[in-house]
Amino acid sequence: MAINWFKYSSPASFYPIVDKSIPWFMGAAIVLAIAGLYLSFFTTPDVLQDQKQYYRIIFIHVPAAWMSMWLYIIMAIWAVIGLVFNTRLSFMMATALAPTGALFTFLALWTGSFWGKTSWGTWWDWDPRLTFELILLFLFIGYMALHTAIDDPRRADRAAALLALVGVFCVPIIYYSVQCPDPNSLNCRALHQTSSLRSIESSILTSMMVMTLAYWMYSFAAVFMRLRSIMLEREKGSDWVKEMIGRIS
Amino acid sequence: MAEFFSMGGYGFYIWCSFAMALLLLVIEPVWLMRQHKVLLRQLARMSGINDGGES
Repeated sequence: MAINWFKYSSPASFYPIVDKSIPWFMGAAIVLAIAGLYLSFFTTPDVLQDQKQYYRIIFIHVPAAWMSMWLYIIMAIWAVIGLVFNTRLSFMMATALAPTGALFTFLALWTGSFWGKTSWGTWWDWDPRLTFELILLFLFIGYMALHTAIDDPRRADRAAALLALVGVFCVPIIYYSVQCPDPNSLNCRALHQTSSLRSIESSILTSMMVMTLAYWMYSFAAVFMRLRSIMLEREKGSDWVKEMIGRIS
Repeated sequence: MAEFFSMGGYGFYIWCSFAMALLLLVIEPVWLMRQHKVLLRQLARMSGINDGGES
């Protein structure tokens, strides 16, 4: 392997890459979102199985719920890499991911609530998937709160990383809880419908995938925007930051 | 047009969902952009490069 990956594990060499990639990710997100919204409203049927037009919330709800779980897993992976290799960039990555993860988790809950009101007749239910999605939101917020509460950044990194790691158990619960073996049992009752991706119409699936890609591109853009600020803030005494500031001002 | 926005009577639920998505996904990057600009200005001031230079 000719590429030295460790070169990019230092903020000094990673910063320019992050900085330059942001407009591309944001541009891709906007184009995909416009395409996705067009597909969602103009190419899809008005009725989905037993659901009427309100099912269109699916196009922002399901991708948001996926993003919330993916971003949490990615955050936990960076936290683990940070704990194992003690690389400062990994912790910065985890810290940069948390607020965007919280945003998508909130969005999944918010849109789910409007969908729930129309299809189940209730804004909220203590269904396992909903409950653990709410816990996921608290974990993201808890990560941020813990990180800001500890003054020493190195200690804050490690403590918050540990919290991120412990919270990973939520993700498989959110994912699998709807496939409860006996929905009528009181011990394990899931109101949330199971995934019908395999039987769904192709226009609906395409719209959902385009929206998911838009969310991914957005996440890269937003997380990188936060990451570049974190890198500058945390490394402000170092030569590369001084050099860079000197170059742009 | 009005028919499109009424969404078969479910307009309120659909538009409340999409409006929140749009709101959050616009506010976050705008806020991050501002934050970054403020930070760059702060760092520039700290390094003393702008001292005595152009205002």
